[in-house]
Amino acid sequence: MTDKKIRVLVAKPGLDGHDRGAKVVARALRDAGMEVIYTGLRQNPEMIAEAALQEDVAVVGFSILSGAHMALAPRILELLKKNGQDQVKVFIGGIIPDEDMPRLKEMGITGIYGPGASTDEIIRDVREAMK
Amino acid sequence: MSLTGSILEGNRLALARLLTQAENDSLEGRAALAELFQHTGKAHLIGVTGAPGTGKSSLVNQLALYYRKNADKKIAIVAVDPSSPFTGGAVLGDRVRMRDLSGDNSVFIRSMASRGSLGGIARKTASLVQIFDAAGYEIIIIETVGAGQSEVDVARLAHTTIVVEAPGLGDEIQAIKAGILEIADILVINKADRPGVENTERALRSTLELAHPTKRVVRHHGQSMSVSAPPTDSPMWIPSVIKTVATEGKGIDELAASIAKHVEYLQKSGDWEARDRARLGSEMEILLREALMDRFRENILPQKYDEMIENVINRNISPYEAVASLLNGKQT
Repeated sequence: MTDKKIRVLVAKPGLDGHDRGAKVVARALRDAGMEVIYTGLRQNPEMIAEAALQEDVAVVGFSILSGAHMALAPRILELLKKNGQDQVKVFIGGIIPDEDMPRLKEMGITGIYGPGASTDEIIRDVREAMK
Repeated sequence: MSLTGSILEGNRLALARLLTQAENDSLEGRAALAELFQHTGKAHLIGVTGAPGTGKSSLVNQLALYYRKNADKKIAIVAVDPSSPFTGGAVLGDRVRMRDLSGDNSVFIRSMASRGSLGGIARKTASLVQIFDAAGYEIIIIETVGAGQSEVDVARLAHTTIVVEAPGLGDEIQAIKAGILEIADILVINKADRPGVENTERALRSTLELAHPTKRVVRHHGQSMSVSAPPTDSPMWIPSVIKTVATEGKGIDELAASIAKHVEYLQKSGDWEARDRARLGSEMEILLREALMDRFRENILPQKYDEMIENVINRNISPYEAVASLLNGKQT
């Protein structure tokens, strides 16, 4: 009777206009049987948290290529928490310097993927986080 | 506080979670729906359907903006996109065109995958709509998957069905085929700034003219002849044709006016109740069918079922005979 699906929000916060990576990931998650809600470009953290709430997603993934991740990631985490969605797992893709990774993980980011990461790895990690 | 209690109080997180429960058809979701059902029946349900790429999402975005500006009503949008028939996955992209609506707490957008349903909406879209209705959303817009010709389930769900067309998608023959055009209460020609809009409008209007003859004078071989409309007891709703350019917000006032006129017609003619009756009747029938199927499956050994399929594949028996045999020899 019950038909459970992993729902994922894929978002593009900030001002960079390149969403090919986000679309590749969205497509890969779709092919892995997940339901992916795609927000489109230039979302602010409030819009992303709002969409995550309305869609009741279990996972939020966002892509940042502009270097603004240290500003945007904590804000998104804070808003998710404020909305009562502490249990949502957050993944980041894009250009993230190695030295920022430990701090992002500490904040509560579940997975970070740079150029060359395989979609299989992302799918595996998302499924693992849902267990 | 209970889940349903917080939803009635306007808690959006509780609402979002129940929508998930209902979509997954969980026992918890069913119980909550049962509690909330007495609070439904107040909202105006607007269905928006049409071929892929005609601009349904952009139109829904503009329509919601219009209602927020001019009516101060709470608006819910249920946007359905297709699931993959192979993996069951989906990319739901209707929100991309609705970014103007974010930041407004009186608008709630929920994306939904069709999950194998072929009628243009998902199996549980009706449940989601009921939850929004109970939660006090006064206008609920249901956007279907990009529909071809026969995905007409939304008309059973909505009070007002808007079919969106765009110039250049077909000729007069397309317009007289049965199916999606027949369910339109309002026909929208979106992208009306594109070439070919006159032809599309003429084709659609002549189709409507065939279905709903109106009194007019025509010239036939140089003679003026009066053509009368057939006498009717009750005023009939004649679908209106509205031209819009959703990306620029053009024609939205006219569309909203036409929707308001349709609501007035529904209330005056008694069609509002008739549609409510038809909607709930068909929902009950679908649920009964599912329940019977579930019960039947529970009472039959999977091996027996597989064996029967093998028999059919080997051409030993026909599918009809197989079904008769599964039902213990009783013909349906």
